[in-house]
Amino acid sequence: MAVTRDDVAHIAALARLALDEAQTTRMVTELNAILVHMDVLQQVNTPGGAGDGPTGQASMPLRRDAGPPLALARPLESFAPSLRDGFFLVPRLATHEDVAPEDLE
Amino acid sequence: MTVPSAVAQVTRSFQRMSDVRAGANGLNCILWTDREAALADARAVDARADRGPLAGMPFAVKDNIATLDLPTTCGSRILEGYVSPYEATVITRLREAGGVVIGKTNCDEFAMGSSTEYSAWGPARNPVDCSRVPGGSSGGSAAAVAAGIVRMALGSETGGSVRQPAAYCGVVGVKPTYGRVSRYGLVAFASSLDQVGVFGVAVQDAAIATELIAGRDARDATSVEHAVPRYRDAADRPLAGLVIGRPREYFPPTLDSRVAALCDRALDAMRAEGAEVRDVSLPHTSLAIPVYYIIAPAEASSNLARFDGVRYGARAAGEGLRAMYEHTRSRGFGPEVTRRILLGTYVLSAGYYDAYYRKAQQVRTLIAEDFTSVFASGVHVLFTPTAPTPAFPLGAKSDPYEMYLNDIFTATANLAGVPGMSLPVGRLDGLPVGGQFMAPHFDEFAMFRAAFGLERALGAEAHA
Repeated sequence: MAVTRDDVAHIAALARLALDEAQTTRMVTELNAILVHMDVLQQVNTPGGAGDGPTGQASMPLRRDAGPPLALARPLESFAPSLRDGFFLVPRLATHEDVAPEDLE
Repeated sequence: MTVPSAVAQVTRSFQRMSDVRAGANGLNCILWTDREAALADARAVDARADRGPLAGMPFAVKDNIATLDLPTTCGSRILEGYVSPYEATVITRLREAGGVVIGKTNCDEFAMGSSTEYSAWGPARNPVDCSRVPGGSSGGSAAAVAAGIVRMALGSETGGSVRQPAAYCGVVGVKPTYGRVSRYGLVAFASSLDQVGVFGVAVQDAAIATELIAGRDARDATSVEHAVPRYRDAADRPLAGLVIGRPREYFPPTLDSRVAALCDRALDAMRAEGAEVRDVSLPHTSLAIPVYYIIAPAEASSNLARFDGVRYGARAAGEGLRAMYEHTRSRGFGPEVTRRILLGTYVLSAGYYDAYYRKAQQVRTLIAEDFTSVFASGVHVLFTPTAPTPAFPLGAKSDPYEMYLNDIFTATANLAGVPGMSLPVGRLDGLPVGGQFMAPHFDEFAMFRAAFGLERALGAEAHA
């Protein structure tokens, strides 16, 4: 299952990474060099009982789906760049410009 | 014996930092400090009626664990200047016990590496031999302990990132059971593997630190309600009656015979103290690296999606939203993190998921079952080398997979979720060599009992 340039371009897009030509070439080589060592797993007999999720060890608990959020260590006002009515004010993503708080009023 | 004031201890730590050149032009093990804030914390401890079990002891913290007043950059440019609005539970617990944070330590970017050469802030160096790496990814913490700046430091483990640098620097390093210690405030790398760990000069330091940070935390759903014994009491337990397994897969013919000989000397010393040593087998050990380097990058590719220029740290401008994401991430992440994100994305992508990720999860189950079987046979702890070699020179490993092979003896414990620790067992050409104990889930006490016993049995030979 050799990794191609198209594969690298595809996964880079999925991962939101921009690679230039040289980086793409290098990544094709490196990923193939790494993945060749993974092929050994195909030879391993994994019986039907072997789980395909994290191992069923006793130390893998699930949280009870209940309860209010825990209080923050510090109030929002102490670290929020800008806050109004308990909500964070953030720069407009559409323009990718840092918008001053007063511009958001 | 009178314990010095917290202020005196913290002052001494900062003096030592200066003496050993812990900053960027020297060992580069300490990235961020605030001397006045640390001294203020120390004065607050001294003013307490009860200074707690740590009584003002300074400690250092890996740069991927959230602190309130120092940056938390994970050794990455994408988090340059980021200061967390909250504090990790492990930090809170150590501070409540009288500990004082004196600095954040260098690490491989987002804990991805085995040498601390992949830090955006430059490589850390091994205090034993500055031309060599301190190991990784928690290399800065290991180096800070080995250099005498602190007796105790926090690190994090995903595939051996505490135990391997502990071995390379000649100190003690502990990875607790998965779920034993809260990860609230530990920046996620691979969530089914990550665990906070500790470094200590000696087993006693590591035992106390582990004891203080262990236990259920409502802020971390993966932390477990499970009684925490006083690990330091394991020092009083003899080795007689302890059954130690020597897994043959960790002593392959390709292992440096001198490393094997030091580990066997350690086993002989424990046998002389009354421990029983049995040859055992963990047959799927050789598959741990392929499994680990599928699962860990897969989880990392998901966890690191949050670093997009919107929610955290740095942002690079771009024409349109996608370009902004791509520029931010491509400029913010270094080569190893980029490689692992792409590898993880690939093994999770349509058409490859079953062949790689699902298969790796299935084989992971077999690796975990190896441990279950061997412990069910009456073995209390396992003893192995921590790493195949002592610390290697800076720049010696340019091939990514060759670097990954450093984790060959440590990644299994993370995959199985069992506790492990490394402690010094001797030196080769002046470089420290570590021996590793592993124990059943939540039986850190047995691990510490063995470690205290080995430390006693070897005495000065552990550093000779």
